[in-house]
Amino acid sequence: MSKLTLETEGETFVVVKRRFEAPPEAVYRAHMDPELIQQWLLGPDGWTMPVCINEAKSGGKIRYEWSDGKGGGFSLTGEIIELDAPHRIVHVERMHLPDPTPDNRIVTTFTAEGSGTLMTMRMTLPDAATREAMLATGMEHGMEASYARLESLSSRGGV
Amino acid sequence: MQAQRSLDVTLAALSDPTRRAILARLAKGEATVNELAEPFTVSQPAISRHIKVLADAGLIVQRVDGTKRPCRLASGGLAALDEYLDMLRNALERNYQRLDQVLAKRQGRRDTQT
Repeated sequence: MSKLTLETEGETFVVVKRRFEAPPEAVYRAHMDPELIQQWLLGPDGWTMPVCINEAKSGGKIRYEWSDGKGGGFSLTGEIIELDAPHRIVHVERMHLPDPTPDNRIVTTFTAEGSGTLMTMRMTLPDAATREAMLATGMEHGMEASYARLESLSSRGGV
Repeated sequence: MQAQRSLDVTLAALSDPTRRAILARLAKGEATVNELAEPFTVSQPAISRHIKVLADAGLIVQRVDGTKRPCRLASGGLAALDEYLDMLRNALERNYQRLDQVLAKRQGRRDTQT
């Protein structure tokens, strides 16, 4: 069973929560250390991240470049707004597909929970053009419409 | 731009707790406006307005049955939103499963060092 929950908040935001079996220090570091980021932030199977710049300081630059190994790829740039290690990362990012998508401000928090960490990531829902561009880059690969419509309603509901 | 409007309208319709409660009720089966209004303290005209928003968003359909207008869930009303959220959920979960492995490997290394 997936440990990830994803809910919409009003019309504007998506809130993702995920638990990890490691302390906040380790999970935070895996989000900030380029050598570690390159091992997991990859998208579909078979993609790699040959370029990973992540200056772990406020005002620091972010640049990720992904490749599908067949000449295809896209990049993401951003800036770190605020860091509170190992609890909180605030950054903006945009994808270049190749036209830049609107800036997305993302707040990621890491909270100790037992011996693990609860990560909460709050981000802006992209517009239709961005979504279509994301689908076109191959991110839809392996997509499954795996959950029932009514389950999605109840999880989104908070009625 | 059709997809964008569709997503915006769907999210706007889902942003209201009364409308989500109406959808939850309709998930159990067809209901009349009176039946839908019953659990709420708001007036029937207010419920009718919520029903109109849900119908305009394509989330529910209403049929005519004599003087009654029973409502039911529309199939496919959530498709635009579902497709995007499914894609996002799957892309993130694939990454986080890889992150689980990265964390486990580092944790293991630390354990053998101590």
